[in-house]
Amino acid sequence: MEGMSLRRREYFIRRIILTVLVLLGLTVLTFILAWIVPSDPAALYVGPRARPEEVAKARVLLGLDKPLYVQYFIYLRDIFQGDLGVSIRTKRPVLDDLRLNFPNSLELIIASLAIALIIGLPLGIVSAKRKDTIVDHISRVVTVAGVSIPAFWLGLLMQLLFMRVLGILPLGGRIDTIVGMMYPVKTITGLDLIDSLLTGNWPAFSSSLQHIILPALTLSAYSIGLIARMTRSTMLEVLGENYIRTAKAWGFSDRVITYTYALKNAIGPTLTVVGLTFAYLITGTFYVETIFYWPGIGSYSALALLSLDFPVIMGVTLVLGTAYVLINLFLDLLQAYLDPRVVLG
Amino acid sequence: MAEHRISFLLLRKNPVSLFGLIVITAFVLTAALAPWVAPYPEQGRGVPNLEAMFAPPSFTHLFGADSLGRDIMSRIIMGSRISLMISLVVVVLAIGIGMPLGALAGYMGGMTDEVVMRVTDLFLAFPSLLLAMAIAAALGPSLTNSMIALAISWWPWYTRLVRGQSVSLRERPFVEAARATGVRDRNIILRHILPNSLSPVIVQATVDIGTVILAAASLSFLGLGAQQPTPEWGLMVSSGRVYIFEQWWISGFPGLAIFAVALAFNLVGDGLREALDPKVRRSRRA
Repeated sequence: MEGMSLRRREYFIRRIILTVLVLLGLTVLTFILAWIVPSDPAALYVGPRARPEEVAKARVLLGLDKPLYVQYFIYLRDIFQGDLGVSIRTKRPVLDDLRLNFPNSLELIIASLAIALIIGLPLGIVSAKRKDTIVDHISRVVTVAGVSIPAFWLGLLMQLLFMRVLGILPLGGRIDTIVGMMYPVKTITGLDLIDSLLTGNWPAFSSSLQHIILPALTLSAYSIGLIARMTRSTMLEVLGENYIRTAKAWGFSDRVITYTYALKNAIGPTLTVVGLTFAYLITGTFYVETIFYWPGIGSYSALALLSLDFPVIMGVTLVLGTAYVLINLFLDLLQAYLDPRVVLG
Repeated sequence: MAEHRISFLLLRKNPVSLFGLIVITAFVLTAALAPWVAPYPEQGRGVPNLEAMFAPPSFTHLFGADSLGRDIMSRIIMGSRISLMISLVVVVLAIGIGMPLGALAGYMGGMTDEVVMRVTDLFLAFPSLLLAMAIAAALGPSLTNSMIALAISWWPWYTRLVRGQSVSLRERPFVEAARATGVRDRNIILRHILPNSLSPVIVQATVDIGTVILAAASLSFLGLGAQQPTPEWGLMVSSGRVYIFEQWWISGFPGLAIFAVALAFNLVGDGLREALDPKVRRSRRA
């Protein structure tokens, strides 16, 4: 056991060091990207009517005359001080804009992930246990459809069906404007849905729920497919193992076998796939938030891409990339904690 | 060779994958013969036809017409050429860069392996689409730049895949024999490592063609890929978005095309994976 803890600690430390290196690499990548942009920041800074001397002065002011690696270190220093530049569109610091929009996206992503796990995991398990039956075939078609459908198209279809045809759900936004004014939500976590629940603000809760359900469902489609497929294939592998057959021969009930043995061993790959899901959830918000007018980082970034607001684009790439790397680090460490085989392998 | 024949027969027995294969064949044929299949090829290319503005689906315009009166069906057909071209170019580029790198890294080992894999891991640490978006934005929105951006985001997957294959192949007796006989490293990689890594690459490439079509459409939807009046499917969904409630066909049918093609490639890819995976094959026989 002593040896085990040591190996695990070694693994943790190594993983963390690697992560730091990857994050540094990310800054190099975004720096190179910013450098590729075919426009002159000095010219942009002084405006279109400037004289050549003014452009040259601006170049010195912005540090553009320094060698590339010095510029990179200035860039790095700025990042550590929290300076990601100023948005050309909103004229506000990028970090402030991100901080503003972050809770909204967090709420949407958490809701989508919850839906994906609640639907995807059981779907995968049932599909594995009833392999090759009609239930399996239907669920496989549904899950493959989930990973093939374009999120922006699905969102539009949802809007068409629920708003236009059935007329039951709102068009977009987080909360009905009037409800938001009459029953303002006290900010505890920043997540309106939870805050309104915690403060017993039922009109706001009901309105928030109605507004979040379609975007969350749309965003979760791909994740449901991914999680269900991975759970199914891992369960199939595990169910074929010798020790499962032995447990069955010993007379263990089906439920015990599924939950105690099979599921525990399927946790590893499932965690990995949850990590992959985040990649999709992060970029998916760009589309879903745009379609449903959800005021989050996704719609903010999509607008920045459309208007080629480069400070925002680079800042978002860095921040979201970093978030993804940290999430995966957390999931990897969690997996190492739960499954010793990861550390030994 | 016999192995591939068996795999193909197994694929045929899977009706869902067969359906996918049919859709793919229809897609490729449509793309190849687009100007002759489309009822109004000029409108497909972007020439407006204002008298049919916002025409709903009818016998003259099976999928309706858009805000400039252009026949949606023709635009989808002409757009299939673009989608097929994008996906083939990106996947071929990604394989062309990724496969040799992976084979080299896996076979040579040591420093080469370390450096290549660290760079690969760096690219893979990013969500692929996010990287593609940033590169496409930095290079400037255009069809060509979106292809470059996608290829840069996709090659690491193949490097990782082939490197794994390469490492396990390196230990195999026939490779050791070749080395012992004095065959040069370069020839070992070319004649033994690469051909034997082909299977998983083909499965991945099949699925990736669908994934890239989806990704390219996603980039265009955000304005980062093809520009007007190119009949790229993602761009069509984006421009039809404002009209979604009354003239739903403008976004509806192009999106359906994206979905159908991505679905088909995923189904075939799944079928291929099952047919080629020895573990699954064994259970089938039992």
